[in-house]
Amino acid sequence: MDRWSEREFWGWGRYPRVKAFCARPERTREVVDAIADRRGSPVLGFGLGRSYGDAALIEDGRVILTERLDRMLAFDPTTGWLRCESGVSIKTLVDTFVPRGFFPPVVPGTQFVTVGGAIANDIHGKNHHVDGTFADHVRRMEVLTGRGEIVVCDADTEPELFWATVGGLGLTGVILSLEVKLQPIDNPYIEMDSIRVENLDHFFEINAESAQFSHTVSWIDCVTSGDAMGRGIYMRGRHAPGRAEESPSLLGRIAEKVSPLLDVPLDGPDWLMNPLTMRAFNTAYFRKHPKGKRSVVTHYEPFFFPLDFVRNWNRIYGGRGMLQYQLVVPHDPQSAAIRAVLNAVTEAGMASFLAVIKTFGDNGHSGLSFPMPGVTLALDFPNTGAPLLELCDRLDEIVVHAGGRVYLGKDARLSRQRFAEMYPEAPRWKETRDRWDPKGVFQSELGRRLGLVGSNQ
Amino acid sequence: MSVLILGATSRIAQQLGHRYAESGQAVFVAARDAEEAARVAADIGIRHGVETGAGAFDALDFDTHRALVEHVEVAVGPIEVAVVAFGDMGDQGQGQADFQAAKRVIDVNYTGAASISEAIAEAMEGRGTGAIIGLSSVAGDRGRQSNYFYGSAKGAFTLYLQGLRNRLHKSGVQVMTVRLGFVDTRMTFGMETAIPIASPEAISAAIQRDQQRGADDVYHPRFWRGIMSVIRTIPEGLFKRLSL
Repeated sequence: MDRWSEREFWGWGRYPRVKAFCARPERTREVVDAIADRRGSPVLGFGLGRSYGDAALIEDGRVILTERLDRMLAFDPTTGWLRCESGVSIKTLVDTFVPRGFFPPVVPGTQFVTVGGAIANDIHGKNHHVDGTFADHVRRMEVLTGRGEIVVCDADTEPELFWATVGGLGLTGVILSLEVKLQPIDNPYIEMDSIRVENLDHFFEINAESAQFSHTVSWIDCVTSGDAMGRGIYMRGRHAPGRAEESPSLLGRIAEKVSPLLDVPLDGPDWLMNPLTMRAFNTAYFRKHPKGKRSVVTHYEPFFFPLDFVRNWNRIYGGRGMLQYQLVVPHDPQSAAIRAVLNAVTEAGMASFLAVIKTFGDNGHSGLSFPMPGVTLALDFPNTGAPLLELCDRLDEIVVHAGGRVYLGKDARLSRQRFAEMYPEAPRWKETRDRWDPKGVFQSELGRRLGLVGSNQ
Repeated sequence: MSVLILGATSRIAQQLGHRYAESGQAVFVAARDAEEAARVAADIGIRHGVETGAGAFDALDFDTHRALVEHVEVAVGPIEVAVVAFGDMGDQGQGQADFQAAKRVIDVNYTGAASISEAIAEAMEGRGTGAIIGLSSVAGDRGRQSNYFYGSAKGAFTLYLQGLRNRLHKSGVQVMTVRLGFVDTRMTFGMETAIPIASPEAISAAIQRDQQRGADDVYHPRFWRGIMSVIRTIPEGLFKRLSL
């Protein structure tokens, strides 16, 4: 039996695709052995494949699959601190700890990410404005670096390695284990308001009144311009206190029964996701919600993980795949940049099936971490090739001009120059990385594209 | 009452530990790598809130096997289910070049498995209750040039379990042989095969169900019973010319 198996890899956007050799270690020693046996190739860790673009890909490299490094090592129910291996998924955490009254401190829109990936992408959730990112609740990790050493790092011990690994996209080494603080909850339910917002100004108005909600996010109709630009459905919620009960909802009960059956087993045809169908979807989704506010108590699953409702939903975009463009720009009173972005999308004749907008809190991290104070907008586009890439270049221009940046964990096409403008602290991050990985053992397609690895030329 | 898992670094063994812990049983995991056994035990304890124990187990250190069984019973209670899950496929070529390597494969997979099973059987026989699950292999159903040291040791283990089942039947102790085909483990990782590879999660759940219904001798995935019955009927005169 050979340790290495050749496979084709792709991210959640299914573009690009590359071939690489992979190993699937089941214990720490096997990770060390696999990296020692890399046969001169660069190495990269790979979790559940939910990064959209090329951040977790390495052509002709040696990929360390972390899916079987999934043991929980210690848990203190009085404090909520959990020590676990990096391949444990958010779904495992939720399934294990919700019945015992704990919830992960920060979760993304899908449960199918590993905790290692959550750190490597410095992921945020609906509670960023209150609780920061997942890594803000991590106090220690074990990193296997490019020097072949296992380094335990935290705020006091090798803090530079710790913070370079947060948002470091796997380029500082393989995270082996970590300590994360779970949050106590009283029950699995969320008190949620959904509010129909009529335009972008209305969104900011509702957002300002929602500061006392720990979780906020808004779906936004990105195909309507003019006065109704930015209309959408604003959702805000918090973990329900005490002995809450779910609001009776026929739809909810049907959804519970149907969801396990929903899957997209095959690629959709490329024409399925076109501006017309996406416009129709956006309009229908907006109209479905009555004017004003609805308040319900809902199970955590549809609130936190709406994307998991249909498995493999990314396949509806067809074989060409999709690109997600997620940006953040600093606050400005007229929200000129967000308007400019929405206008540019409309002018290009493009539409996004799903668009999500949210304001971030004030705490940001340095290095390659994405969240910064301001407004974030995520747009999904079918990969139509050149016209889409042109639009994304145009959006980069708007974002850079506004002092913002794009999310590298979702990116597959940013240029080096734009990257340097968006991430001015990257050179310092790279210094730290190079110190821990002088031979450039850890690399990725994204790292090569953006000059994060190697000699930078 | 407790469950003893021997060979905890195997994914199927770990998953079996989880399955039994789900029903509230205390679990003791033993492996050659004691640190790894401790990790597996911690994981089982945290996920299912059951009592766990962990310790070192060396299949080749026969003299320690009886003491290990005693230790487990003191630590987590009388063993109700024991899973003999360790094994070492070895390297056939190496075994042919150096008989010490072949002997090791034979000793781990057969002698060591029989030795620890005897110790467990003795404890269970006295109590008149319990179940021993022996993870064997379809490789033990017919000798092949590509892995006959491993295959013959597994085949011997299958026969051993058959005899033990016969002996323990009257005392009410169950002995279940599991002949494993391709399961998605270290051994099969990257293997390109036309035969589907089953997940350790699904296989472990099926093994537990079989044990609970009192099965004697099962194949997993189940269709391997059919495959092996065909392979066993191939006349030797033809079989010796094949490279399977």
